[in-house]
Amino acid sequence: MIEAAPTEKRLLRLDMMPHMLCPGCGHGIVFDAMLRVLARRYETLDGVAFVAGIGCSSRVVGYVDSATMHTTHGRPLTFATGLKLARPDLKVIVVTGDGDGLSIGGNHLIHAARRNIDLTCVLFNNEIYGMTGGQLAPTTVPGAFTSTSPEGNHEEPFDAARLVEAAGATFVARAQSFRTRLFEEVFAEALDHPGFSFVEVLTDCTEYFGRTNHLGTGADLLFAQGREEPAVDADLATRPTLRPVPEKRTRPTLATGVLHRSRRSTLEEAMGLVGGAR
Amino acid sequence: MSTLQLVQGNEACALGALAAGCRFFAGYPISPSSEIAEALARALPRRGGVFIQMEDEMASLGAVLGAAMGGARAMTATSGPGFTLMQEHLGYASLAEIPCVVVDVMRGGPSTGLPTSPSQGDVMQARWGSHGDRATVVVAPASVQEVHDLTGTAFALAERLRTPVVVLFDEVIGHMREGVTLAAPPAGSAGRPVPGEPPGPSFRSAYRPNAEGVAMVPDFGRGYRFHVTGLMHDERGYPTSDPATVAALLERLERKTDAALDALPPERYRLEDATVVLIAYGITARMARAAVDVLRERGIPAGLLRPRLLWPVPVAALEEAIAPAELVVAAEMNRGQWSLEVERVAGRQVPLAPYLKAGGSIISVEELVEHVLAATREGVLA
Repeated sequence: MIEAAPTEKRLLRLDMMPHMLCPGCGHGIVFDAMLRVLARRYETLDGVAFVAGIGCSSRVVGYVDSATMHTTHGRPLTFATGLKLARPDLKVIVVTGDGDGLSIGGNHLIHAARRNIDLTCVLFNNEIYGMTGGQLAPTTVPGAFTSTSPEGNHEEPFDAARLVEAAGATFVARAQSFRTRLFEEVFAEALDHPGFSFVEVLTDCTEYFGRTNHLGTGADLLFAQGREEPAVDADLATRPTLRPVPEKRTRPTLATGVLHRSRRSTLEEAMGLVGGAR
Repeated sequence: MSTLQLVQGNEACALGALAAGCRFFAGYPISPSSEIAEALARALPRRGGVFIQMEDEMASLGAVLGAAMGGARAMTATSGPGFTLMQEHLGYASLAEIPCVVVDVMRGGPSTGLPTSPSQGDVMQARWGSHGDRATVVVAPASVQEVHDLTGTAFALAERLRTPVVVLFDEVIGHMREGVTLAAPPAGSAGRPVPGEPPGPSFRSAYRPNAEGVAMVPDFGRGYRFHVTGLMHDERGYPTSDPATVAALLERLERKTDAALDALPPERYRLEDATVVLIAYGITARMARAAVDVLRERGIPAGLLRPRLLWPVPVAALEEAIAPAELVVAAEMNRGQWSLEVERVAGRQVPLAPYLKAGGSIISVEELVEHVLAATREGVLA
């Protein structure tokens, strides 16, 4: 049972507002849900540190009144690894995006999962590079138009959750910006999990993905998520292109909830940094 | 207490780091620097420290910076190709003012180059390798003893100035064994500047500078809530694109590194009456020093200026050494890098005859002497 927590505002840096997210963007919905979970657990965030990379999703940590670190593109997990090993007492939360975490930072993601270091990593997956103007991501659905796939995307996307599970993560979950209660549940479980916990959350980029693919407004995108509709609009094949559009593809209906959970020694336990004498 | 030991250069680097309080090392294997990681992999866990081998050099320096924000004195070590991969995080550390030490044991480049041969080819990379206008602090030890000692100096400067400090030496020094005296480090290393005011919800001054121009950034997890970013930022640490704020930030970051000049002046050897001035650093300075003695025996009034700090350039010391010179010979194992700084300082008034050697072998005393004699015979020396 999740209770409403209207006090999450106290965890915000209101003097850094207004925020830089676009109207209709799903990231704010997810960020709000994160804050609700944190507000139920923490009076202040002094025992927590947030580490983020580069991109729209990563910018949200700047609005949290905690120890926050906005690092380099793709590398937040490396900073978080050093911070956690130096300060195992801190709860370290990593915020990344699909470009940050799966493309430029994909190597760090699988190695953090392999090490089972006790971090919670939330990956906002909006299937596109929003901050740089809507380029192709390693998560973009096949056929989709982006500013760097003007003929439609020719590539298969990563399944982030399966990738991270295969790499050794001991907690893997997927949620949607449409189902915030589900996100709150799995994020809370991820925070409780000892070891590398990974939450992929599907959100929507209204300005670039939605507009470029004629998918409507933020609300349209959100409810399409709820109805598990195809990610790419039906009129895609009618868009003017230089070559024939590849066979129309849709985002497969992705399983949500906790997808994997197991228990093995965390890196800090194995190194003797926590849990008794060294 | 001090002990005399036969130590390899890379091991001396690890010992110097430990003596300076290094408690965190993250690295990735690469010749000819790997012995530093190996030594610290053995030593750090026994001393309550942390060693971790990361998946690449970008991750290594990222982890170092995360640990440094957690309060640890932290270091990585690498060589040319890995140093290239670390350049982005060196820029981040400079702008976010996170103290760290990065050791680059130089090998021949470009590319994979000469993995186990010496070179001094990373001097300009150490200065300009990361994008943007960035002040850098680079120390250049010339012996195993100095590798030990200057690694300690690098930590002291990194912490005091809250900036990355690069320790730059080469494969020969890294793999050479020499007798060294491992003295306890000098007391009084003040550590990193931190805020004077207590933490609290109103704390909004993580990037307020002290009198030396160094931001007083708290460590994470000490009750201070603040933001660290690689974006241009104001004294709160909040992103800004205000041109005046950004210009002042860049100016402050450059100015604060001047303190390194006083901390590490160049060595002057037989310069008192020298009109033939050799300028060399690192392993090359060892041969240049011997060459000065040979030249003196042959009646040439030679002397050596040996910078131990390559960046920022010790301009005043260079000017002083060059002023009475009738011939200036900058020697280095590359196709001309720090000798360009000598040329810049000397201007066109002083005859210059740099001795440059790239290819993977060190400069010998004999060839350096011959070069100076030839330069004098050819009338460069009037």
